Amino acid sequence: MSTLEPGTQAAPGAKSPYRRMEDSIDIATMEQPLAVFAGDEAEHELLTLNMGPHHPATHGVLRLLVTLDGEVVQDLKPIIGYVHTGIEKTCEDKSYWKAIPAVERMDYLSYYFNAHAYCGAVETLLDCEVPKRGQYLRVIHLELNRIKSHLVWLGTSALDLGAMSVWWYCFREREKILDLFEMSSGARMHTRYIQVGGVIEDIPAGFEAKLRGFLADMPNRIDQYGDLLTRNEILLNRLRNVCPLDEQTLLSLGVTGPLLRAAGNPWDLRKAMPYSSYEDFDFKIPVGTVGDNYDRYVVRLQEMRESLKIIEQALDGLPEGPHITTDRKIALPPRHELATSMEALIHHFKLVTEGFRVPPGEVYYPVESPRGELGCFVRSDGSSKPARVHMRDPSFVNLQAIAPMVQGNYIADLIATLAMLDPVLGGVDR
Amino acid sequence: MRREKVGAPEDFRVRQLKARDMLRGDLQGQDLDDYVESRVLTTTLDKAVDWARGNSLFPATFGLACCAIEMMSIVGARMDIARFGFEAFRASPRQADMLIMSGRVSIKMAPILRRIYDQMLEPKWAIAMGACCSSQGIFNNYAIVPADKFMPVDVHVPGCPPRPESLMHGILKLRAQIQKDPSLGWRTRYGAEQTVEVLPAEGEALVAQAKAVNVARGGENQIA
Repeated sequence: MSTLEPGTQAAPGAKSPYRRMEDSIDIATMEQPLAVFAGDEAEHELLTLNMGPHHPATHGVLRLLVTLDGEVVQDLKPIIGYVHTGIEKTCEDKSYWKAIPAVERMDYLSYYFNAHAYCGAVETLLDCEVPKRGQYLRVIHLELNRIKSHLVWLGTSALDLGAMSVWWYCFREREKILDLFEMSSGARMHTRYIQVGGVIEDIPAGFEAKLRGFLADMPNRIDQYGDLLTRNEILLNRLRNVCPLDEQTLLSLGVTGPLLRAAGNPWDLRKAMPYSSYEDFDFKIPVGTVGDNYDRYVVRLQEMRESLKIIEQALDGLPEGPHITTDRKIALPPRHELATSMEALIHHFKLVTEGFRVPPGEVYYPVESPRGELGCFVRSDGSSKPARVHMRDPSFVNLQAIAPMVQGNYIADLIATLAMLDPVLGGVDR
Repeated sequence: MRREKVGAPEDFRVRQLKARDMLRGDLQGQDLDDYVESRVLTTTLDKAVDWARGNSLFPATFGLACCAIEMMSIVGARMDIARFGFEAFRASPRQADMLIMSGRVSIKMAPILRRIYDQMLEPKWAIAMGACCSSQGIFNNYAIVPADKFMPVDVHVPGCPPRPESLMHGILKLRAQIQKDPSLGWRTRYGAEQTVEVLPAEGEALVAQAKAVNVARGGENQIA
């Protein structure tokens, strides 16, 4: 590779002038005169290309510095932080239950998962038991969210690969899922449905019928996406055996989720460390064999089918009972009690003004988000506000794998790989 | 404008012959006046241009955060922004004339956003979509800047994130504004018309002249 580096000979161990320039993220310092090609012996000139942060194919405001040798990617450096929102810091300023909306807005495609990881961590600290019905309702919404997230991924990825129509179909089904969210919580995105101790409200009348209609409809829709893409000649050429990465490298980088499963490792927290009653449901973990982009695509497509199975089982076995914990120190009392019970009024006042206090301690609560292991670390100092909230966001960790994946491949494959990596920059930057 | 009901086929033939005569120059005097009165719609060029501009906004493909997903869904089958002619999202700011700031703008992103806005050709409009971009929303902290602080915004769409219907309403409001009040009175008032790209050196001079603080430099080079 040293022959590719132009310029003067650097001392052993020291960086070449080119590499030093590359360390800078300012593109202006990197502009070099074009090489004069005078035969085969002419030295190679590397081109540093800036992609983003405003680029339609980077799935958010990701900036990539790509070092190109011709059309081949030599090196790649993601530069992040363009949607840094200070969410973790904001959480420290809010009482535990008021931090949920802030947490939800991190990975904006999987807001139920963010809320669930955070609420699960706080529940562990509180030693609070979520009623079975609350757990099942969580599972229904989490899996709907997983399908929705994968639909957005599939639509935008297909768009990156030049398949325009898939996007329309995916967003049609996404609207159906959002209608269901709106029915149960009143909002399309960032629903704040999952609360500490359960879910905010029971599902309304008509929700089940609508969800059953969706469950009956969706397998055919997934078949349609498959018909459009899975054996599509263009897609096969763009994805099959493109940018594979072996299981060991992925594990050493900490990559989880569909990317790891595509490489053949059936690691899924829903099976490995069941939470929220996932052990009650019968579902399979789709795994790939090669770990290339095609496997990543197929694994996610198959995951949508498995999610449908889980939702169906959860809906069939939905137990009766409360949807949120009856501990009045944690969850708001029902509205009708406020008119008759002084005690309920006091609890309500206390919760709304100060919030509940959480015993000191720290906890890490991981869940399987559509992108991998989403873990929430919460440290409590005994007050009603968290001392620290930190998220292990799978998009952030998975983004590390983009460089080893695309090194030595064409720049066109970089776009496809980034699409199949499915990072959400809101989660990366937080 | 009043639309007359198209008469019998023979009327059509009569009008066709009249049009032929007019084009030949045979129609004169009262006949010509009648013809012009019945067939020509008069307006000012400005009004016609505003009508056309308002109906053919090209939004820039630019997504920041959560709102971007809802912005994408107005193109989808349910809202279908193509009904109004705004579906041609342009990836290059040079081809776009409407910037929808969909999501939270961090301090790191603000100069880039401003630059994209400056690169767009006049006439151009900006919509601040969502609470973060308009007023910082729930993230009232060190990281987020409201869009009004660094560029002129024509329409604010509230919500967190706004429903696609809200964004659609915002775009239609912008259309009404363009067609009804193209002078954009507030822009004249604040001198925000014809915004141009300011190169770094010129920018420093302007900052010095205005005795302003360059927030992009972390406050360290405050110019007294």
